[in-house]
Amino acid sequence: MNRYNGRGLIETVDWKLVICYLVLIIIGWVNIYASIHSSEPSSIFDPAFRSGKQFIWILTSLGLAGLILFVLNPRIYESLSLPIYLATIAMLVAVIFFGTEVKGSRSWFSFGPVSFQPAEISKIATSLMLAAVMSQSGYRLAKFRDFMLTAAIILVPMAIIVAQSETGSALVYVGFVFMLYREGLSGWLLFMIGMAITLFITTLTASSYTSVLILAAVVTICNALYSGKFKAWLMTYLPAFILLGFLPFLHERLAAITGDPEAFILKIKPIYILGAAALVLIPFYALRAFRTGSSFKWVSIAAFIAGVLFIFSVDFLFHDVLQDHQRKRIEVLLGLKDDPTGVGYNVNQSMIAIGSGGLAGKGFLKGTQTTYGFVPEQSTDFIFCTIGEEWGFIGAAVTIILYVFLIWRIIIDAEHSREAFTRIYGYCTASCIFMHLFINIGMTIGIMPVIGIPLPFISYGGSSLWTFTIMLFIFIALVRNERKYF
Amino acid sequence: MKINRTNKLLAGLTVATLVLIVKLFVIQIVDDRYKTDASNNSMVHAVIYPTRGIIYDRNGKILVGNRVAYDMLVTPKEVEAFDTLALCEILEITPEFLRGKMQEYHRDRKKIGYRSVVMLTHLPPEIFMKFAEVSYKFPGFRGQARSIRDYPYNAGGNLLGYISEVSADDIKRNPDVYKPGDYIGKTGIEATCEQYLKGEKGYNIYLRNSHNRIESRYKDGEMDKEAIPGKDIVTTIDAELQHYGQQLMQNKVGSLVAIEPSTGEILTLVSSPGIDVDILADIGKHYNEIASDPYRPMFNRAVQSAYPPGSVFKLVNGLIGLQEGVFTPETEYPCHMGYHFGRNKLGCHAHRSPLDLEESIMMSCNAYYCYVFRGILENGRYNSIGEAMDRWNEYVRSFGFGRKLGSDFPSELGGTIPDSKYYDSVYGDGAWRATTVISLSIGQGEIGCTPLHLANLCATMANRGFYYIPHLIRGTENVSIDPKYYERQYTMVDTSYFPVMVEGMYRAVNSGYGSGGTATVAAVKGLDICGKTGTAQNPRGDDNSVFICFAPKDDPKIAVAAYVEHGSFGARWAAPIASLLVEKYLNGEIGKDRKALEQRVLEGNLMDKVKPE
Repeated sequence: MNRYNGRGLIETVDWKLVICYLVLIIIGWVNIYASIHSSEPSSIFDPAFRSGKQFIWILTSLGLAGLILFVLNPRIYESLSLPIYLATIAMLVAVIFFGTEVKGSRSWFSFGPVSFQPAEISKIATSLMLAAVMSQSGYRLAKFRDFMLTAAIILVPMAIIVAQSETGSALVYVGFVFMLYREGLSGWLLFMIGMAITLFITTLTASSYTSVLILAAVVTICNALYSGKFKAWLMTYLPAFILLGFLPFLHERLAAITGDPEAFILKIKPIYILGAAALVLIPFYALRAFRTGSSFKWVSIAAFIAGVLFIFSVDFLFHDVLQDHQRKRIEVLLGLKDDPTGVGYNVNQSMIAIGSGGLAGKGFLKGTQTTYGFVPEQSTDFIFCTIGEEWGFIGAAVTIILYVFLIWRIIIDAEHSREAFTRIYGYCTASCIFMHLFINIGMTIGIMPVIGIPLPFISYGGSSLWTFTIMLFIFIALVRNERKYF
Repeated sequence: MKINRTNKLLAGLTVATLVLIVKLFVIQIVDDRYKTDASNNSMVHAVIYPTRGIIYDRNGKILVGNRVAYDMLVTPKEVEAFDTLALCEILEITPEFLRGKMQEYHRDRKKIGYRSVVMLTHLPPEIFMKFAEVSYKFPGFRGQARSIRDYPYNAGGNLLGYISEVSADDIKRNPDVYKPGDYIGKTGIEATCEQYLKGEKGYNIYLRNSHNRIESRYKDGEMDKEAIPGKDIVTTIDAELQHYGQQLMQNKVGSLVAIEPSTGEILTLVSSPGIDVDILADIGKHYNEIASDPYRPMFNRAVQSAYPPGSVFKLVNGLIGLQEGVFTPETEYPCHMGYHFGRNKLGCHAHRSPLDLEESIMMSCNAYYCYVFRGILENGRYNSIGEAMDRWNEYVRSFGFGRKLGSDFPSELGGTIPDSKYYDSVYGDGAWRATTVISLSIGQGEIGCTPLHLANLCATMANRGFYYIPHLIRGTENVSIDPKYYERQYTMVDTSYFPVMVEGMYRAVNSGYGSGGTATVAAVKGLDICGKTGTAQNPRGDDNSVFICFAPKDDPKIAVAAYVEHGSFGARWAAPIASLLVEKYLNGEIGKDRKALEQRVLEGNLMDKVKPE
């Protein structure tokens, strides 16, 4: 019967993904109901409450999923990706001017009771666009032109979203580096990004001095490993770095000993000593690089200088560019300040809620912490608190494992795919879900800053549920389309 | 397994997942700081209730204030064996009540858990102090201070309304604002001004140990939120006058409304029988008793009861006739004990004949207004009687009748004024004539208006042609009222026609006994009261007694409408009541010559004439 349509529904749709998706949205719906539950019980279907509204969102999402799976031809995405991408960029810009302001950021369009966030759709549009561009024959990530084009596709929407002061949503785009890595991005770049994050954190928690020291240590280690002189490094550099590490303490003691705050010796700050050392050593290294003709050494010197510039600009950025609330969030996360205005209060409350769940949880609708309203945004960004409190470690871990299964399965499907478009799009989807998962849950258990992004499929809200449904089902449809014929 | 990039990514995914799960494991199972102990949580949020805004009268006297009462809370899990009788004695409750409660808590112990539940409400401070001295003997019992409503004047029970615990519906409507156990204004000013009065809740955060004992303030109270007190409301009511009005109306069924004509502010609004303020403070206890009272004290007759206005309405018909040019103030009409048409007659009382307009108001002649009203309906300017009728209806509506005035009473009733469509449906298209509806001329028949409408008519007469929409709340810095309350509302009748009617009203009161003036009983020396009586037929018994008046004539300060059910002639009950209220307001006291009248009114009891529904 299906001679012209290829293989049938049962064999082609990845039902594991679909079932996983269904379980997640049901977990979400039940916990939204629990999070708004009060001593005056209402029906889970009551549209006056969020659980009832979510039910409507779920039904419409299932409709959309059906549409994507059975009605739309999966071939259209590749050809439509450019118009979709451009339209999304236009909407992202428009929302800055015409959007409604919600909690200090202008990123929502509202039409009466319904409102949506273009930043959500732009995840899909960017993924489709990346897949379309990168799957063209002749595309190579290592080519400068192609690399810049790819970077632009990611960075343009990201920059506009940052301009909407939705830094959290923009952070999700960082996840695309995982896809880029799969597609041949140099591991060094990934390493450098990791390094940048480390330096960023140490600059803020410790000092620029420590960061520069760490940078120097890492650069020299790499050099030593590259030229096989690791033992020599251990003998010479390591003691030097340890000594330099004690310099700030020494400096502080010195102030106590001299007792004169104006003493000349105190004006020589540790960072100056480091600066002096660098001024002497960099030309020396440059000379050696010139002699040996090793390009690795040149790159090391350039990386070191870039790193130092990065460290000082972070210092500047943090104190002069970031907005107050963003700075506070980062400070709280890093434990810099003991939470003067209550940003960490949310995290603390959320951790208490989750922590109080114990191994097996308090049971459905028995959570006190979330239902008393001490946890903010209980049904949206902090929905994981309700899961943690009422279903305990078991429930929370099962939820996380479901997500991991979903992401894992997407990656496997993507790998099995014969078309680059499907594979790249799959990796984009997996990356986005992973970033949301890690940032959101990380936030509720205190290992990430408070960044207001929803938990995919579970958090209350039509915008988010629709987006992730569409995103996932486009992938399922793409996979099914391939399986029909192969 | 190959070490390709895919597998590296999958390994990274596994590591990230492990990070999340290990951290979860730490906070949910290993770390005691977050681990659930007996108390579920180391922080206790003690809610601080804001004090509710105060309601003032127009002169700054407190109508509704706050006082402290205590709720008795029980935490069943903490209760140990105690001396039941001693506690009952202190709290003035019966041992049966206490035992019943304790059994109930035992039965619901799973549901209650470690929470505290309210056992008693509204304990006065004296009782609570007695308990506080010995509270160490009763672990698990504690008091929580709560501010409750206090009413220094017994005035305006129906206007002020009451507060009570929020219902499920209230919470559903505003889930962010109200939580179970909160209080909300249910009726009257408490309800209409809820947004101002309620204030904002705060909380104190305490830390408690694993034995569920409160140990200290969380971060020395740094994270606490203070309660924001509610905003005060200034009403236009005059507390003294309201109180006096209620005394005048006691043991009578009806309404008494006084308005300041120059602003539309309601000075007094009595609906009798009404609710005593003592009952308001603890409405929960008395609710059933009030709800089953056959005289329906919750029902605000002044704005919710539509009555025929009676002869008071002649003022309106007269003004419309003048505006339409169907007669002039000099026109005289005869009256032979009534108005005769065909074999029928609309009766009138004995007075001389013929009369001009002023005298017709003064003596309240029925026949005169039958002529006027017939003139209005049979006006040659209109093609049909129906068209004339609708024109008349428009005029009457411009006085505020037949529609809601737009006051700040949520339950205001619009009343009814008939139009041609109505009569077409009753009698058939065009099958009715002026004489069919002639009783409208004297304010009988299909007219329904509230006492507030009548007071508003009186204010319109006092202002010679316009009114301000009557209202109860005064705009202040904190509270803004609709700008419509500051706008003059003109009727469709030219202001030049009003003085002659006012003159008639003046003569009705001030012509002296025996002159034929219908309201000479209302005269007060020096006050120049202008008034109009009305006697409205009542199908359920004696006629209703109606009177509107304002004073002083040339600089009106107060306009009053009194409506007394089963009070027979207007001059019998309504006129004395209204004039006493005016005298009290303008002079501050009742003159010696009118003490006897005051006595008669205060002692008058018409309740046995009223058949309760």
